[in-house]
Amino acid sequence: MGDSQYSFSLTTFSPSGKLVQIEHALTAVGSGQTSLGIKAANGVVIATEKKLPSILVDETSVQKIQILTPNIGVVYSGMGPDSRVLVRKSRKQAEQYYRLYKEQIPVTQLVRETATVMQEFTQSGGVRPFGVSLLVAGYDDKGPQLYQVDPSGSYFSWKASAMGKNVSNAKTFLEKRYTDEMELDDAVHTAILTLKEGFEGQISGKNIEIGVIGNDQIFRILTPSEIEDYLQEVE
Amino acid sequence: MVGKNCFAIASDRRLGVQLQTIATDFQKIYKIHDKLFIGLAGLATDAQTLHQKLVFRHKLYQLREERDMKPETFASLVSALLYEKRFGPYFCQPVIAGLGDEDKPFICTMDSIGAKELAKDFVVAGTASESLYGACESMFKPDMEAEELFETISQALLSSVDRDCLSGWGGHVYLVTPTEVTERILKGRMD
Repeated sequence: MGDSQYSFSLTTFSPSGKLVQIEHALTAVGSGQTSLGIKAANGVVIATEKKLPSILVDETSVQKIQILTPNIGVVYSGMGPDSRVLVRKSRKQAEQYYRLYKEQIPVTQLVRETATVMQEFTQSGGVRPFGVSLLVAGYDDKGPQLYQVDPSGSYFSWKASAMGKNVSNAKTFLEKRYTDEMELDDAVHTAILTLKEGFEGQISGKNIEIGVIGNDQIFRILTPSEIEDYLQEVE
Repeated sequence: MVGKNCFAIASDRRLGVQLQTIATDFQKIYKIHDKLFIGLAGLATDAQTLHQKLVFRHKLYQLREERDMKPETFASLVSALLYEKRFGPYFCQPVIAGLGDEDKPFICTMDSIGAKELAKDFVVAGTASESLYGACESMFKPDMEAEELFETISQALLSSVDRDCLSGWGGHVYLVTPTEVTERILKGRMD
């Protein structure tokens, strides 16, 4: 930094004490596609809608849920390209941790590292904040965990959360449906029903994505046919 | 040396430069936390520097992760730290011993560039390692209780260092059980 003309930070305080750039970033997230996550008693599920700009797009080429480590997965709402940067940096961080300790990085640690990156992009010169919020689902020695990370770099642990379009509706729906004893399969059903609430058009295995992690501590992205099976159960 | 839900780690107390003895009350075993110890054989200055670095790394880990390091994790950290200096190594041979999850004992040693050597029963390091192998192999029994383990490790140490002119001047033994740590100083042939 310092070599470009814009080496000063673009995110500056407004007279009212707000960081308008971050508010804009949150708006970008709010107008993105809906994603949600539910922490069950024996695992975590994250799900998102996958609306494509045209029916001509090959839907198998789009993957919104990503794996960070064998036991941690992530989904975003907001700008897809921005999420790729975060996913790449998070994976690198996880790999560095593994190289040092020969042990998978705990979910809390990886979330903190990712949030740190996002915070740095609100204070560094020549960059803009990320236009994404992340839902991180993982299972480690401390049990199942679900975190949401925002463009400001703040992060929270949730029992269930939603982001993107229709957040408020989705969150109200989750508040009604959520119980502490919920099992993973119930959570997947609830996730689908929540997505269905604000979904425009017919929901199918091809236009939503679901990722689950259970007691086996292996994060798995469901295939379209597996999602179809769940959809049948829900109906 | 591993016992039943416990372990012991022992060293001699001599600090010397070649054949000249400098001190006879030297500490070679360092505590990382209540259930994790590391013994560093070799060049004393490197051992102390390495110990300082390890304490530093462990303290940061404790603050960051709000937990103590597992012995396995710590061994990987030591190994990584040593290999960083692959072409100008710390002249040290570490012995790591600790109680892990459910108080399962863990022991391991490595060479000066961090190649780990894991064992279920005992590990040895330093100038007297050859005689220590013999002594430990003949005296070790699996699943010893704490007091018997102390007796065995002490006898093995004392009889081995007597066969090595660069080791000796008594011994230092830590006996670690899930509930307590006992530190004992042994008198041997003080010559």
